[in-house]
Amino acid sequence: MIEWLIMFLLLSSAFFMLLAALGILRLPDLPTRMHASTKAGALGAILVMTSAALFFAESVVVTKAVAVILFILITAPIAAHAIGRAGYFVGVPLWEGSVKDELKSSYDPETHRLISGMETAEELDIYRKNLDIKPKVKLKRKKRRI
Amino acid sequence: MSFVVYLTFILMSLALVIVFVRLVKGPTLPDRVVALELIASIMVGMIGVHAIHTETSSFIDVAIVMALTAFLAAIGFARFLERGGPRHD
Repeated sequence: MIEWLIMFLLLSSAFFMLLAALGILRLPDLPTRMHASTKAGALGAILVMTSAALFFAESVVVTKAVAVILFILITAPIAAHAIGRAGYFVGVPLWEGSVKDELKSSYDPETHRLISGMETAEELDIYRKNLDIKPKVKLKRKKRRI
Repeated sequence: MSFVVYLTFILMSLALVIVFVRLVKGPTLPDRVVALELIASIMVGMIGVHAIHTETSSFIDVAIVMALTAFLAAIGFARFLERGGPRHD
């Protein structure tokens, strides 16, 4: 009985991974490709780990499998968010059929700054004053004394 | 059971090949990063199936390390892109 369940989970995970691969090959631009790969790929890995936990049925393995599942659930959205943000800022073109680009009106590609549109007049004043200040990377490393 | 495991391996390998096409073709660098991330995700799955196939539960640890490495690589690539490193798409 449990063997049938493991087989079903394995086959469905392979199906979802194949679906993610097809999506990443066939979809037209970066955000839609991420939409296919992140969700379906994470679901495939989660199903495999569930089937491994059912197959071994020891407390150690089940704990590890649950840890992997939690890790994937936490990290997959973070990684997708970081790559999507970087891709938008780098200037990857969107699909010509996209209907809405809500970041376009609030992002200034030359100064690399974002405005939400909810700022008060004082904040906008401060924003305009600081436009020529470029963001710096401060080095806080001290020299090592020998 | 064995037949299903082999079939799963075949389907996942097919998925790897399809993702590799996007990795080679991908017009921009973020596309390739997404493809690499999906390859790592499929690898986690294949390691899990291999653990079931060989009945060795230690391979789950390898899957943990693989997922961690993939996450760190994705974050590193995103930082690199945003800080404006040299790109040859």
